[in-house]
Amino acid sequence: MDKPGQAPHTTPRPSATFDAYSLSEIRRAAATGLYDIRGGGAKRKVPHFDDLLFLGASISRYPLEGYREKCATNVTLGTRFAKKPIELAIPITIAGMSFGSLSAQAKEALGRGASAMGTSTTTGDGGMTQEERGHSDLLVYQLLPSRYGMNPDDLRKADAIEVVVGQGAKPGGGGMLLGQKISARVAEMRTLPEGIDQRSACRHPDWTGPDDLEIKIQELREITDWEKPVYIKVGASRPYYDTALAVKAGADVVVLDGMQGGTAATQEVFIENVGLPILAAIRPAVQALQDLGMHRQVQLVVSGGIRNGADVAKALAMGADCVSIGSAALHALGDNDPALEAEYQKLGTTAGAYDDWHEGRDPAGITTQDPALAARLDPVAAGRRLANYLAVLTLEAQTIARACGKSHVHNLEPEDLVALTVEAAAMAQVPLAGTNWVPGKGGF
Amino acid sequence: MSIVDLAATSLRELNAALHALPPDTNDTQWTVRNPRGQHAIAVGIDAPIAVEIDGHVGYYCAGMNQQASVRINGNAGVGLAENMMSGEVRVTGDASQAAGATAHGGTLVIGGNASARCGISLKGADIIVQGNVGHMSAFMAQAGNLVVLGDAGEALGDSIYEAHLYVRGKVASLGADCIEKEMTDAHKAELAALLAKAGVNANGKGSLDPGDFRRYGSARQLYHFKIDNVSAY
Repeated sequence: MDKPGQAPHTTPRPSATFDAYSLSEIRRAAATGLYDIRGGGAKRKVPHFDDLLFLGASISRYPLEGYREKCATNVTLGTRFAKKPIELAIPITIAGMSFGSLSAQAKEALGRGASAMGTSTTTGDGGMTQEERGHSDLLVYQLLPSRYGMNPDDLRKADAIEVVVGQGAKPGGGGMLLGQKISARVAEMRTLPEGIDQRSACRHPDWTGPDDLEIKIQELREITDWEKPVYIKVGASRPYYDTALAVKAGADVVVLDGMQGGTAATQEVFIENVGLPILAAIRPAVQALQDLGMHRQVQLVVSGGIRNGADVAKALAMGADCVSIGSAALHALGDNDPALEAEYQKLGTTAGAYDDWHEGRDPAGITTQDPALAARLDPVAAGRRLANYLAVLTLEAQTIARACGKSHVHNLEPEDLVALTVEAAAMAQVPLAGTNWVPGKGGF
Repeated sequence: MSIVDLAATSLRELNAALHALPPDTNDTQWTVRNPRGQHAIAVGIDAPIAVEIDGHVGYYCAGMNQQASVRINGNAGVGLAENMMSGEVRVTGDASQAAGATAHGGTLVIGGNASARCGISLKGADIIVQGNVGHMSAFMAQAGNLVVLGDAGEALGDSIYEAHLYVRGKVASLGADCIEKEMTDAHKAELAALLAKAGVNANGKGSLDPGDFRRYGSARQLYHFKIDNVSAY
């Protein structure tokens, strides 16, 4: 209400463009002169699996009995060239996360949880630790541009090899681990001085382009006597061409990571503004595989924002063979738990929003190298939580698949889906709900 | 002695045979004929054997080598001895890009010139190049030694960590955070040992004088992000 004697004023009007977050970032930038670095994936709202629905069975489709009839979930990765493909019990794997970015306890917990459910974990930028090899029945060993810790002994110990070209949080960017987390052990594994800011290369040192990559993969296969599946991981940017080139280069498996996929540390501007949401990337990748006659011959693993069994089912229905989770797995271990709210407040954040993983002060003991903080995480209990969560994801995906009449989750198909928004319909190439309109198809 | 003719035997058979050797094998002398520029020859060996390759090889020859001594009588393609862990790799001729990339240990001796990015991301191996090296050599090199008897191309040692670089000839330019450093007696001794290990000399004119080399390494100014260094990034 206007006070007596004052000219009338309108209600204060904050700018939609210069919103509170943008203004706080301007102030932070002006005060520090540094770009903002954080962990995690894109936080902005982008078209996602929530914008899709399953149709379920009806008069023309026959469902399967939820508690009686089998709905299989197994997936085999590496059927193209590898002598020893990987057999997973569930179509959900644990994405690459390094020892260094994560504590040894967290890596052990990931191995325990994944192994209990018959699926794989993945190393990260920094090499393979004995703990994760010991606790992971199936372990994928990443070959990254930095080659930190890369050695032929671990290559031979791995169950699969993943050549990392990029990741969804930062397609075109290298890794980053700041000095707070370069402990003596991390430094030794990476052959670096202790306590420095470590920036991993963004390009591989010994190959450029798909023709070289094909030869690089040949070398990896020769070193390991053609036993192990070779994955190629790319960030979602040009999924049709990247998938086609990965197939050309000789991949057994293509791993496609959307912009919601997490990272241990990268510039905020990179995370939020480079790359595609996973929803927009799956269909072009599947199209590339189909155009080459390689769909289901070269397996497609997708990641970036998988949270529940519906997300799993939707990714599979769009043509993926498997999904991969990183951020969700960390949450299952105990990351960002509201029970730690008082400690998050001390760090100037709140449970659910904590993303300063690069600072190494994680009160949950997950994204840290501080021995006292890391000791807070019980790897056995945390592994149990991850196994429980993976079981729920699987049960949920099966529930949806049975409702759609599928005896295997891989039998889900785009025909089972509709979209709630025009954008999601265009990206997922499924009809807008209640219509037969797929944007971009049929000439309009 | 085992002789493998790659005109008659497949690459896969050769590498599988080398991998099957037990640590105490008596089958320690191998000769490979007709390599014809094939890629990934003699990769992933982990045995104390000697492999002599008569002819030119393609990419990644002797990649990830452990223990073995591999000699190439010819030229080598991209990524020679990449990620070597131990042992010794010698090429009599030239080596293409990224020779010795990310190598953790062992010795790589290049009789001729090495192309761009020689010793990129080096992690502890010793590389001795009797000719010149191309641009961006020792990029992000972390540990180990790169010795160049000839000249070095542009941006030598860009973003280098703790590797030691010794160059006898001209350096076209130094990369970000790479500076010339004092050649102390300890460094001269280190260099003399490297030259002796490589068995290289001044074109038959006796041993090389470490005093003829200049030393380069990290200024360590980029080890922690500072806004004042932003122009270097």
